[in-house]
Amino acid sequence: MKKYDKLVKNVLGRIVPTEINGKEAVEYLGVGKYKPTGRKYAPPIVSCADYPADGNKTLPTLKEALIRAGLKDGMTISTHHHFRNGDLIAEQIFDIANELGVKDLMWFPSASFECHSPLVKYLEDGTIHHIEGSMNGSLGRFTSEGKMTGLGVLRSHGGRYQAVQDGDVHIDIAVIAAPTADAFGNATGDRGPAACGLLGFALADSQYADTVVVVTDNIVPFPCIPWQIHGNYVDYVVVMDKIGIPEKIVSGTTEITKSPDRLLLAEMSAQFCDEAGILHDGFSFQAGAGGTALSIGVYFADILRERGMKARFARGGSNKYLVNMLEEGLTEYILDGQTFDLEGVRSMRENPHHINTSPFTSYNYHGKGNFSSMVDVAILGATEVDVNFNANVVTHSDGTLLHGIGGWQNCLFSKCTILPIPLFRDRIPVVIDEVTTICGPGELIDVIVTERGIAINPLRTDLIEKMKNSTLPIKTIQELKAEAEAICGVPEKIAFEDEIVAVIKWVDGTVIDSVRKIKK
Amino acid sequence: MKLNKTVSIGNKGKGVRSDCFVSLEITEDGGIQIELVSKVKALYGKSILLLIEEVLNFFGIKHAKVAFEDSGALPFLIAARMEAAIKLLVETDKNFLLPMLPQNNYQTTKEQNRYSRLYLPGNSSSLMINAGIHTPDGIILDLEDAVAPDKKYEASFVVRNALRNLDFYGCERMVRINQVPRGLDDLEFIVPHNVNLILIPKCEKAAQIHLVNKKIEEINARYTLYNSIWLMPIIESALGVMNAMEIASAAENVVAMAIGLEDYTADIGIKRTAEATESFFARSTIVNACRAAGIQAIDSVFSDVADMEGLKQNVLKSKALGFDGMGCIHPRQIRVVHDNFAPDASEIEKAKKIVKAFIEAKEKGLGVVSLGTKMIDAPVVKRAEKTIEVAVSLGKISKNWREEDNEKI
Repeated sequence: MKKYDKLVKNVLGRIVPTEINGKEAVEYLGVGKYKPTGRKYAPPIVSCADYPADGNKTLPTLKEALIRAGLKDGMTISTHHHFRNGDLIAEQIFDIANELGVKDLMWFPSASFECHSPLVKYLEDGTIHHIEGSMNGSLGRFTSEGKMTGLGVLRSHGGRYQAVQDGDVHIDIAVIAAPTADAFGNATGDRGPAACGLLGFALADSQYADTVVVVTDNIVPFPCIPWQIHGNYVDYVVVMDKIGIPEKIVSGTTEITKSPDRLLLAEMSAQFCDEAGILHDGFSFQAGAGGTALSIGVYFADILRERGMKARFARGGSNKYLVNMLEEGLTEYILDGQTFDLEGVRSMRENPHHINTSPFTSYNYHGKGNFSSMVDVAILGATEVDVNFNANVVTHSDGTLLHGIGGWQNCLFSKCTILPIPLFRDRIPVVIDEVTTICGPGELIDVIVTERGIAINPLRTDLIEKMKNSTLPIKTIQELKAEAEAICGVPEKIAFEDEIVAVIKWVDGTVIDSVRKIKK
Repeated sequence: MKLNKTVSIGNKGKGVRSDCFVSLEITEDGGIQIELVSKVKALYGKSILLLIEEVLNFFGIKHAKVAFEDSGALPFLIAARMEAAIKLLVETDKNFLLPMLPQNNYQTTKEQNRYSRLYLPGNSSSLMINAGIHTPDGIILDLEDAVAPDKKYEASFVVRNALRNLDFYGCERMVRINQVPRGLDDLEFIVPHNVNLILIPKCEKAAQIHLVNKKIEEINARYTLYNSIWLMPIIESALGVMNAMEIASAAENVVAMAIGLEDYTADIGIKRTAEATESFFARSTIVNACRAAGIQAIDSVFSDVADMEGLKQNVLKSKALGFDGMGCIHPRQIRVVHDNFAPDASEIEKAKKIVKAFIEAKEKGLGVVSLGTKMIDAPVVKRAEKTIEVAVSLGKISKNWREEDNEKI
């Protein structure tokens, strides 16, 4: 099987394959242009007669569960990333596969972290054929060097749900690490030694995988309440001593940035939102987990408090700052996709206005609507932005794959997407001629806030009009690029090999860009 | 030219950013050999090599081994590091200067606001690059206490190149030199490069000011320069306090005088407290001398960068004592300093009334300005106009405040 075949140029001018790891794919056609057909994928029908009537689905070991699930060459194994850098399960799965001599597996995580670097050895020895999800840190470097057998596929959180639902990815075995579960397979993330808040990223896996294994280190008698994951989807439950490292799953506390430069970006972004009329009673926002985005939330809270206003909802990544807003009555709801600190976990457990959401409700592009386009403003990051407002979040300035997409692509559909980014980082210009990898098309990116000026997308004539008399430094994106080059110098073009090592999927499953092998 | 001796200049290691470290050895033969390690190699590797070669070539070096570790240094810093290294090995009068940014040619005035001035360590560029973005009234490239003794040599090259090639976006460009007489050597690195104001630390007598001015005149004459360079002596000792008047009125270009409380309290042998009663005499003396000499009085820095409320109270006290500004050691302090040194609402209202009365009197052709039954002197009018100007510049009132006030009526 070839890694990829049939190269075409998509509407953004990027060369992409339309055959990926032996499967057909469609090139990116434009926002909302691709129309899916057919029916959703369905897992096999089963009968409860084949499951224990007493509800006890426990097995003694993960190995036994994987054997019972029929683990064999070429299968797709999924995991979720709610344990972030404290995950102890993914590595064990492939240790077992390796021990059993199983080859050519596809790992389908909702995201990968540095703790998954040990999997490099299984990519090298053929236990894992390729990864579809995200390739961070060492895995990204491995991929960029062209060493992975198959082609890497990167998807957004919403794109992952879409891919599973549409049958683009068929999950043979889903292993769902659960901080608390009962023997029937009901599971929750909001309590237990490895509490991570919620388990939304594993929802698609539970619904669509052929076999679902829940792994927990905190078994409780039926019923496990709340049942964020329904036991009715679950085949086996495995109890272990330890499934994650708590301090690496959630931080004890999240702190806003102390960097004066980032605080300035946050302040300018908040002022922009205020002057553009985005902040109003009943508005909604999504701020990411980064230091700058976190600080913007704090500035929003200050403005709301001062004016006696409140937000209708805030989208999380939740943390103690959002929880403070909720408890102070500055937002009525937190719609949470993942929890970043212990305060977030506590609030999720205790506060009925702190809502557990999933990529299905929030982000899935092939659904009857989703939440992301209803959000008034989304504050996101980027490694690069170009003069056409296209942005990159996955590759580094030297062309190496280093980050996943996360919910970033999905959030671009908000009514106003703002990227607060420094104009350059240690001489590396962030606003440039053409991004290395397009992860989001410029038409969805409305405002770039840098410390040296704010550029509004020319498509947003409404925002340009509103900010006409602003005291903020409104400039064109070309002016920003020129300013970065005046300070840093004009960067050389990065040289790549021709070989494609990974593709970037758009939220509808089409291929928006390719990542090429780096030149050594 | 010293051969076969390796010298090192610059910063490297964990946490060092936007900097570089160069090891240089001039050799007898073998040409130029450069070993470059850089986190921006993919983007700027070629241009870094070209610049290194250009500097070596400028100083006539044909054979050398260069080990260059770069953490994202801008060209002005790379050039400064190279030149500093070369000049440890080569005797020369030449200076490798990148072109002066055209926007760096501005002048400042004697009376302009000096509420805030942001200290920036002279031997590191990472804080300098964005300093102007935070809009302090002035930035201070510090060659004195913020630079370790063994780094002072290389810092002077960094400061010189920063004055030429970094944009501080209109902030007053200040340099704190070392204590006189050592500080006189620093002047060669800053006077020809449009420094706006020089801070003279640990100043104790007028003679030190005269020495600085003499050297400035000498350099200006050599380069045929006509720019005004303002001086701000810093009083940091008991003797300095006692000579405050002499220092404040030492020369026409002394525009402000500051107090440095860390050294002052150490000099008189007491502990510096938050209440600052121990320095009340010194601070009042400084303010009084400054007023008598018609210059600005500048307070010491507030060192707890996390305590914004403490800073605010400190500024309010400082303003009440008669100070016109204070030093900042963190960009986040700037806003608090500006907001609280700036005229408050009642001061602005009073100033508006005076200015209005003055304009009306002028329109009516009256020689005397009066407000109610009170006569108003010219200096009072001038101060009121200044208050209005500041309030407008800080966005506290609109530029068209008179028309807007009239509309309200």
